Amino acid sequence: MTEVLDRPTSSQSVGAVEPLLRVSNLTKNYGHVAGCLDISFEMRPGEVLGIVGESGSGKTTLLNCISGKLAPTSGSIAFNSRRHGLVDIYDLSEPDRRRMQREDWGFVHQNPRDGLRMRVSGGANVAEPLMNLGRRHYGDMRQATMDWLSRVELDLGRVDDKPRNFSGGMQQRIQIARNLIHNPRLVFMDEPTGGLDVSVQARLLDLLRELVRDLGLAAIIVTHDMAVARLMADRLMVMKGGHVVETGLADQVLDDPQHPYTQLLVSSVLQI
Amino acid sequence: MTATEAPARPNAAPEDRYYTYAYLDEQTKRMIRRAILKALAIPGYQVPFGSREMPVPYGWGTGGIQLTAAIIGRDDVYKCIDQGADDTTNAVSIRRFFATVADVATTEDTSEATIIQSRHRIPEQPLADGQIMVFQVPQPEPLRGLEPRETETRAMHAYAEYGLQYVSLYENISAYGRIAATAGYPVMIDERYLMSPSPIPKFDNPKMHMNPAILLFGAGREKRIYAVPPFTRVRSLDFEDYPFETQSWDEVCALCGANDSYLDEVVLDDKGEHMFVCSDSHYCADRREKGHAGPMAGHALAHIETEIAAEEV
Ligand SMILES: Nc1ncnc2c1ncn2[C@@H]1O[C@H](COP(=O)(O)OP(=O)(O)O)[C@@H](O)[C@H]1O
Ligand SMILES: [Mg+2]
Ligand SMILES: [Zn+2]
Repeated sequence: MTEVLDRPTSSQSVGAVEPLLRVSNLTKNYGHVAGCLDISFEMRPGEVLGIVGESGSGKTTLLNCISGKLAPTSGSIAFNSRRHGLVDIYDLSEPDRRRMQREDWGFVHQNPRDGLRMRVSGGANVAEPLMNLGRRHYGDMRQATMDWLSRVELDLGRVDDKPRNFSGGMQQRIQIARNLIHNPRLVFMDEPTGGLDVSVQARLLDLLRELVRDLGLAAIIVTHDMAVARLMADRLMVMKGGHVVETGLADQVLDDPQHPYTQLLVSSVLQI
Repeated sequence: MTATEAPARPNAAPEDRYYTYAYLDEQTKRMIRRAILKALAIPGYQVPFGSREMPVPYGWGTGGIQLTAAIIGRDDVYKCIDQGADDTTNAVSIRRFFATVADVATTEDTSEATIIQSRHRIPEQPLADGQIMVFQVPQPEPLRGLEPRETETRAMHAYAEYGLQYVSLYENISAYGRIAATAGYPVMIDERYLMSPSPIPKFDNPKMHMNPAILLFGAGREKRIYAVPPFTRVRSLDFEDYPFETQSWDEVCALCGANDSYLDEVVLDDKGEHMFVCSDSHYCADRREKGHAGPMAGHALAHIETEIAAEEV
């Protein structure tokens, strides 16, 4: 898969072959502790990649490195940005990288407190990415906020309530709207339904899946929950001890797991 | 700007009388002057400085006092106001402080002053070339209320990422149907740095734009100095469909009849009786002296003010 892409990065016209994301030999160590080890993969526009594995397997480390939150120890992350084309994100200057993050990416945190500004209203949280992109027309942004609140099935009458007055599931919906309103090319999600009750989780996952499909959005979803992986992902990467031990189409990996660790993960979900 | 350059007034004591002229030692004043020069060179940028313990608590103008101490010389004429008034306890004691430690003349007349220290107002009388305004600042970081992390606000200033400031304006419109923020209204300095103008009313914001005077801002507790050099562009933030507006009043000043000044509401009794008077006490007194009269001219309140002013002089 990688060999197709070892060409100069300037060619925009390649279209379908040009990857959205290319991760090469990515390693992150915390001192002597391995976070993630020698990981390489590619993503195409519109693809949903699931990263699964038990707690401590390196999922969050990998996601944070890819999303520019955590500088890797070695390896490279190239992203096909609207402004720069396919570039190594750590070759960009910090302001350019931050702008690319604002323009092209979304990041849905497991804990809404990490992804929302708790001091400002839900509506302002949703509208902020537009302001960060330089939009200065209140009425237009208000309308876009309302549209997004209805898309994530939130009561429009509560648009000006503070996030703390919403339930965990509703906070997560606000976070999702906030991370999709600016039409990103890639959305990162770290256990987006992790902290929620099972019933709330199911409804939120349905919503998330619809949105991702409707928008043709590319997403990387980290989860320890194989049911979430099955519902959301086109392709799966299975992590263990910082390594990717198995990768493939989601259905294949889940229905016919090759690695003993994957077999263990899959069988544990089947028992539920 | 410094004591040593100032020509001695006839009755002034010799230089060596001053062990620490204007309260601060020479080294500290040099450090503050360096910070001021840097602040003037990068308009609107918050320069960290080694704020000293002052003989007043934080929140009482320690930043402003240190700025004044660093720039004052014996030929300066010093004015100090608190919310526009020369005669409040805080303004009077800071003015006395500098009259004592810096041996300067003091005034209430805006046009006479070379240094005007202020808490929360810019005088109505337009400032002139050669004057310096010193503002006392409680919170220098306009983004702090929205972003508590210092590392993040620093990055936002470094890269001029100011979308977040609009979030507070957005919230305001959502809640009140208009930008209701009245004091400390954020401004862009020379289209580069976002700045908090200290808690002056937004009525005063337009006065900063292309002002011929030097505007210095000092935050003692937060240890920051920033500045607007003369003739610098100062733009109040707004939205395309909600343009910046200053406060306006249906009333005129009850004492002097001014229709162009910032008015304070004064409650007169417990039956809801009230009047609006100029917040700038000198501006009001000056107008009355020149024969202007408002609808409640001659009200007892006017006499009280004049008496206090007379005592002080
Ligand atoms: N900030 C950190 N400092 C040191 N070790 C860390 C840090 N973050 C994660 N680790 C370690 O790196 C490994 C991978 O952790 P993490 O990426 O959080 O896994 P996951 O998200 O799959 O639970 C674990 O051994 C974890 O203890
Ligand atoms: Mg994790
Ligand atoms: Zn008046």
